[in-house]
Parts: sequence; structure tokens; C-alpha cells
Amino acid sequence: MTSSFPWLSLILVLFVALDFVLFYVFWEAMLIPMYLLIGVWGGPNRLYAAIKFFLYTLAGSVLLLVAILVLYFYGGHTFDILALSQGTYPASLQMWLFLAFFAAFAVKVPMFPFHTWLPDAHVEAPTAGSVILASILLKMGTYGFLRFSLPMLPDASLSFTPLMVALSIIAIIYGAYMALAQVDLKKLIAYSSVSHMGFVTLGLFVLNQQGIEGAVLQMVNHGITTGGLFLCVGIIYERTHSRLIADNVGLATPMPQYATLLVIFALSSLGLPGTNSFVGEFLVLVGTFLWSKVATALASLGIILAATYLLWMIQRVVFGVPSPHHLPKLSDLNQRELATLVPLVVLVFWIGLYPNPLVSRMHQSVTNTIASMSRAKVAPTASPSAEETTESLLVGSREPLTAQGSSR
Amino acid sequence: MSMNYEFIPLLPLVSFLILGLFGHWIKNSAHLVAVPAVLVSWLLSLLVFFDVANGHQTSFPLYTWLTSGMLDIHIGFSIDRLTAVMLLLVTTVSSLVHIYTIGYMRGDPGYARFFSYIALFTFSMLMLVMADNLLQLFVFWEAVGLCSYLLIGHWYDRPTACAAATKAFIVNRVGDFGFMLGLLLVWYSFGSLDYQEMFPRAHESAGDVMNVLGPFGGTWDVSVLTLICLLLFTGAIGKSAQVPLHVWLPDAMEGPTPISALIHAATMVTAGVFMVARLAPLYNLSPTAMTVVAITGGATMVVGATIALTQTDIKRVVAYSTVSQLGYMIMACGLGAYASGMYHLLTHGAFKALLFLGCGSVIIALHHEQDMQRMGGLKDKLPVTYWTFVIGSLALAGFPLTSGFFSKDDLLISAWSAGPLGQFLTILGLVTALMTAFYSFRLVFVTFWGPSHVDPHHAGHIHESPKTMTLPLIILAMLSIATGYLGIPEFLGPMFDTHPGGAAHEGGVGISIMAVATAMGLIGIAGAYYVYVLHPTLPDRFARQWQSLYRASLNKWYVDEAYDRVIVRPTFYAATELWKRVDVNVVDGAVNGVARAIAWGGWLLRLMQSGQAQHYALGMALGVVVLVTMFLFL
Repeated sequence: MTSSFPWLSLILVLFVALDFVLFYVFWEAMLIPMYLLIGVWGGPNRLYAAIKFFLYTLAGSVLLLVAILVLYFYGGHTFDILALSQGTYPASLQMWLFLAFFAAFAVKVPMFPFHTWLPDAHVEAPTAGSVILASILLKMGTYGFLRFSLPMLPDASLSFTPLMVALSIIAIIYGAYMALAQVDLKKLIAYSSVSHMGFVTLGLFVLNQQGIEGAVLQMVNHGITTGGLFLCVGIIYERTHSRLIADNVGLATPMPQYATLLVIFALSSLGLPGTNSFVGEFLVLVGTFLWSKVATALASLGIILAATYLLWMIQRVVFGVPSPHHLPKLSDLNQRELATLVPLVVLVFWIGLYPNPLVSRMHQSVTNTIASMSRAKVAPTASPSAEETTESLLVGSREPLTAQGSSR
Repeated sequence: MSMNYEFIPLLPLVSFLILGLFGHWIKNSAHLVAVPAVLVSWLLSLLVFFDVANGHQTSFPLYTWLTSGMLDIHIGFSIDRLTAVMLLLVTTVSSLVHIYTIGYMRGDPGYARFFSYIALFTFSMLMLVMADNLLQLFVFWEAVGLCSYLLIGHWYDRPTACAAATKAFIVNRVGDFGFMLGLLLVWYSFGSLDYQEMFPRAHESAGDVMNVLGPFGGTWDVSVLTLICLLLFTGAIGKSAQVPLHVWLPDAMEGPTPISALIHAATMVTAGVFMVARLAPLYNLSPTAMTVVAITGGATMVVGATIALTQTDIKRVVAYSTVSQLGYMIMACGLGAYASGMYHLLTHGAFKALLFLGCGSVIIALHHEQDMQRMGGLKDKLPVTYWTFVIGSLALAGFPLTSGFFSKDDLLISAWSAGPLGQFLTILGLVTALMTAFYSFRLVFVTFWGPSHVDPHHAGHIHESPKTMTLPLIILAMLSIATGYLGIPEFLGPMFDTHPGGAAHEGGVGISIMAVATAMGLIGIAGAYYVYVLHPTLPDRFARQWQSLYRASLNKWYVDEAYDRVIVRPTFYAATELWKRVDVNVVDGAVNGVARAIAWGGWLLRLMQSGQAQHYALGMALGVVVLVTMFLFL
């Protein structure tokens, strides 16, 4: 399995690429190691899951390639991402490009209703695959929205905002409902990912500073917390060879350290204040509140549901009496496992208790993104109302009226 | 005088960190870390109290938590009279519970873990009351909820305890959902979450309205302030166990008894009352919200008391009495009598902690028996527990010269002077006082008097609890009387613009209410004496005679059952059905359907590639025919 990991470092190139071709090459290259991780080292149904994952995400990516080529010809014969972000494109073209981007990114995130590959892939993937998949791979989609859709296609982004917000909120609530019904730990966490990534896309598309910063932070948080949860599931799977909740009960007695860490990750995942996810979700909710109060109320429902499915999971897995059948196999964490989990726990609390150093580093780029969105690049064919909306975004008329001078 | 306020919460935090990280080495010496830390915190709180009494109030930030655009939140302290009173209450009860725990939890495998949790709780609660902004309040509001969750589930091998813990957290989350939205609306409307900046701006925008049906195309203008107050109050309904979210508190009694005393009686559950009092400047601006608060409190007061009448688990009796007493406090706040509400909060903190710790002492003596029908005749065997318990019950019943007498009378008199609604609620409060006296002395008589129904197994070796447990009982018993003489309403009065009870105190109305309330208490006690001591067969006869009423009370008005049928089970059912029918069949079915359609298309096309020359020749010939036909006839 280790032979696949060097491949995974390719993803670093993806996140630093400022050339569209380079980005696209590594975007697709990411599929190979992931495909192998699932297809070779996966569970019993690994081939189905691996092919589904590969084809589904590939199908979306094809349209991304088309969009890149269109941008090349409209944006002055360049693949330079920064130059393309400065360009102006006709509104109708933006719509089509947005949809092409959406096909690639929404599958990757995954947004509702393109999420069904995720539970399959997670369940079949080995632990390491699940962690990489949840913590990094999913972020490619939201990164794409942030890096390309928002700055290059501001008019289309604005027009599609209601749809994107609606899909995000459906993902939050629907994903949580799905998680509530699961009996398999990995599926439960996979569906919770759908719900959590809903917060990220929600934050991105309310198009204001709090929302976008919250979304970026939530991308990081989801990587830490869900990564930790998948590691925890992997640890218990190594011992009992089952991912079913019913097979893994009462772990607190034989494995107190494990139980503690699992509870911490679960609490972080349900957005408990003092942990990282609260900060991200709070910022996203603040951003959403400026956009729509009803949307905020609906998204907040996801937080109640998250508490329900996670604590119910904890109640069954951590508490209670362990089955005597598994008891001899339930040894507590070894040093290797502690060494992988403890740094994540430190991050959970660090970001939760003192997020400002992290968030303040985003201010400049997020301000730039928002500014680049509101620059006048509305093509002559665009309707004036779109321009007006862009303008109101710039002026921030949706900001609280009395907010000036609130800093102390 | 310069104070080191940071140390008050810091010491419990350090003790939590030490015990949390090194607990399995420290094990049975955990109290050597936790107790001194909380005692020093208590001393410092005492200093702060006197400092504030001398007129020294302050508020300062510690560090910037988060900035983003217009959002600017820091962690900071605000020390005023309200905070000082709460600090004293929290650290006093916490110290006594720490000491009591040494005896109560001795030999428990989770001894160090237990101490680490109560230290964490103490830290969180202190940060909550010292907060200088709404977000910090919310953060620690949820943190105390977490501690409550962990401590209810302390004995995690008991399924009922785990279920109760989960229930407590989720019910509180429902309340916090509203709190969160209220908090966002505060920031949106006032541009700040700091108390200092919120309140003046709230005054300026008191007349603002918001169309809450706007997104749905309707028109229903609601005052923004009312909306804010109601949303925030939802949080208090959850935390302070008000109707209809009171269901978690009695179940929380699954946790160890010291926790019931500290968290589920004296401090955490009062956070809702504290919050309303803290935000008094907002609530004062919204009469509608105040009315809702008062009615919710009044309803809770009555519901809690009616259920407490029939429960047989001694901790549950006290728990429902807590629900009822919290109703009194919330009601007082809703009627604008914040100082009276806080006064009752303080005295209640003392005598209710005492009652719970007394219950704990009984439970330990009887080897974890909690059913009062299997007790009786304990007053000679547990003299210290008995006498302190009687003092606590007298205070709860509002017996003259105990603290409960002063605070309840003050509360009811203030309520009376708050208009027609206040007068109606005062009458309800007086009726509830009768029930309160009745059920608290029912508890005393059935548990400590009469013939023994104790399991003969244990009956032989019942003995008084160790000194670490009786000492806190004695101190709390003294406090249950003394807190009535500290002049808390006068101390807190300046915090809140007016003290509505002030005028009535002097008049004849005040004296008559006091007289009626005292009479109610005495009648209740006498009634309990008559029913449970003189005529022990009467309760069964009553139960048969009013069977439906009795059953409704015994089953807590079937609220849990209703929630289970209407919310819990449908939610899980919907989730499972949605998953199996929609997600697997429709959403994923479409994905697999596309794959299958492509495979089928490939299969169709493959039919043409038969590899036989005559098939291809036939195809060509047919093609020619089609082309010629088109050429000739079109």
C-alpha cells in the first residue's frame, strides 16, 4: 500500500498550481493512486467502489477540461490562472462554464445529489484511503469553487447562489438524516462528511468574508476531525475486523484512551464550542445570516441532527458493556496509533480555542477574492440587475447597518 | 485593589488538565489536586465579592478569539455585582461538592476522572458567569452542557445513564439552536456581541421591526428585540429545564449524586436564569418576550410540583422540585423582578445542594437504594443527614426564618406588584408553595420516619456517612439559613433599574402575601404529616380514588412518551426509510442506472459487430435502398 503514497503527494501540486493545464493534469492524476488504494487494498466489494469512484469523478472532470479550453480561447490564449481570473466573460458563457465547473467540483465535494459514490468508496477503502479521501480529496472540489468559479465567473456565481445554497442546505440536512440511519461506522462518517461539506459550500456561496473564511476553515477542520474519526474506525477494525456498530460496543472499559479520543473527535464533529468545527460552522452561519435568515435556521438544524447521530453512535460504541467475544482483542492504543491521533487532537483544540492566527491569515486572500468578484467585469450583454447585485455586494448593504466601529 | 481575576477559573482548569492527562497515575489521590485548587478559587471569589461590594466593577478583554470582516470577538471578563454573586455561589457549592465527593466516590474506578470532570465544569461555569460577551457565554454554555453530559454518563456501563446523557445533550442542543440564532440576530442588529456595546444599541433600535414572513411572501412584522429575546430564551428553556424542554433534568439523576447537587440543582441549570438576568436591559425593552418568559416560568413551576407529588425515587422528587423552583426564578425574571429571581437562585442553590447531598448520604448508607418505599425509620441511624435534610426541606417549604422563606416571599411579593399577570402567577405560586411543602415533607416522613422498609440484607449495618460527607451537609445547612440574611436583593438591586417589589414590601399587601405563603407552607407540612405519619393508608386510597390524575402525575404527564411517539421514533423511521428508499434506490439508482444504460447501449451496438461479412453486406444493401428511396421520393 505504501507504494501508492508517493503518488498522493501529487495533490500538493494541485493546490499550488497557477497554471490551468498543470492543475488539470494533477486533478486527474489524483484518481490513479486513489483508484489503486481502493481497488487493490479495499474490502470485499472494492472493484465496484473503485470503478464507481473513478468513472463518476472522471465524467465530471471531462467537462472541466472543456471549460478550461473555452477559457483559453476567450481569456487571451493563456492558461495562467491569475490572468484568467482578471478576465471578463459574457454572462451567458459564464453560465455554461459555471455548469461545467460545477459538474467537476460538485461530484468531488460531493454535493447532493452527486454524493452516492462517497459512502461506497469509504466503506471499501482501507483506513489510509478513507482518511486521504475525506481529509484531502474532497477539498479539491471546494477549492475548485473558490479558486475558479468565484473569481472567474462572478456573474454566474451570483446567479447560481440560490441554487448552490439550496443544495448545500439539502446536503447538510439530508446527509445528517442518512447518517442517522447507518449501522456501519464508516458509512455513518461518510454521510456526516456530506453534511459537513454542505457547510463548506454554503459558506462559499453566501459570498461574503465571514462565509468564505468559515468555509476555508471548515475545509481544514473537516480534514482534521473526519480524518481523526476514520483513523479511529480503522483502529477498531484492526482489532475486531468489523465496522458495524453492533459489533463494537462498550469500548470505554477495555480501551479508555481510544474512547477518550473518539469522543473528542465526535464532539468536534458535532461542532462543540472550544473545538475547531465550532469556529468554522459559526463563521459560516454568520455569513449565511447576512444572506438569508431562513437559510441559517435550516442549516442550524443540521447541528442538532449532528449531535443526534454522533452522540447516538458514541452511546452505542463507547458506552455500554463490551461483548465477551471481542474482549480479548480490544487492547488500548499503541504508540504508533497515539502518535497519529494526538497531533490531530492538539489541532482540534488549538483551532477551537485560538483560531484567530489561522483565520487572520485568510483575510487578505479572501478580501481579494471578494474584490475580484465585485470588479466591474459584467459584459455588455449582461442584464443590469446582475450588475446591481454585484454592486450591492461590494458596498456591503447586507452588512449590519450599525456594524461600523464595532471593533475594540 | 487590583485583583487577579484570571486565577479564579484558571485553577480549576489546571486541576482538570492535570487530572485529565495524568489521572491514571494519580488515581485515588485526585482530591489532593482538585480540592485545594477549588478552595483557592473560592477564597479569591470571596475577595472579589467584597471588592465589588465596595463599588469596584470592571470589564476587560483577555485575548482576541476571532476576527472576520465586521465580526470581532474576544474572550474577556466582566465583573459586576451579578457576576460576584454567581462566582460565590459556584465556588462555594463546588468546593463543598468536591469535599463531599471524596467520601461519596471513594473506591470508584473513575475517581480521578470524576474529579477532572467537576473541575472542568467549575472552570466552564466560572467562565460563563464572568463572560463579557454573548459568544463567550454561549461557548461555555455549551461547555457546561458537555460536562453535564460526561458526568451523567459517568457510570457508562449502565444503559440508562448513557441514554440519559445523550438525551440531556440533545434536548439542550434543541434549546441552543434558538440561542445560536438569537446570537446571530444580536450581532446582525447591533453589530456587536459585547454586553457593553449591545445594550446601548438595543436602546437605540428598540422600535425596529422585522418581517418574519418576508421570505415566504407574507407580512408579519415582529419587533427585532422581541425576536432576539425569545430566541435567546429558547436556550434558557433548554438549560434551565423549563416546559417543554424540562424532560432531560429528571433523567439526569442517573449521574452520581454530587453532580446532581452541583450541576443539576445549584449551578448549571440556573444558567438560564442568569442569562435572562444578565440580558435584563434587552428583556426590559420587550414586554412580549417578558410575558412569554413569565408564563413559561409559571407553567414550569406548576408542572414540576405536580409531578414531584407522586414520584417515589428520592432523587427524582428533588429533581422535579428543582424544575419547579427554576420555574419560580424564570417567572420572577419574566415579571421584571430580576433581583428576586437571583435571590431565590442563590438560596435555592444552598438548600437544594443540601437536599441532594442528603439524598446521596441516604443512598450510600442503603447501598445505592433510591426508592423511598424501601426506606423509612432512618432518622436515628443517620442523625446528621436527617437533621440537615430537615433544614433543607424547611427552607424549600418556605418555613419562617429559613432562607427559602425570605427569598420566596420576596419573589412572590415582587411578582404581585407586576400587574394582573403577576398577580395571577403569584396565586399560582402560592398554590405551588403548598404542593412544595407537601412533597418535601412527604419525602422527609417517608424516608426518615415510620417503620423501616429497608432491605433486611442491609438493615443491620446502616451507619452515618464519613466526615467528608457530613461536613458539607452541615455547612450547607447553615448556609440554607444564613443566605436569607445577606441582603442579596439590596446588593443586586442597583444592577437592575428598578426593584418592583420595593414599594409593596412596605404596604399591607406584602405582609398578607407573606402570611399566606407561610400558611401555605405550614399547611403543606401539616398535610404531609397527617397523610404520611398519622394515616399511612391514606396515600393508597387517594391514588385509587383519583387514579387517572395519579397516573398522569406518576408518568410525568406522559411528555416523554409524547416526544418519543411524535419526534424521536418518526425521525429515526424517516431516516431509515429515506436512506433505503430514496438514497439507495433513487439517487444511487440513477447513478447505477446511467452506468447500466451505457452498458446496455454498448451491448446493442455490439450486436452489429457480428464479424460475419454477409451481415455487413446486408447492412450496406439496406443502406442503399434507404438512400435511393429518399432520393426518389423526397
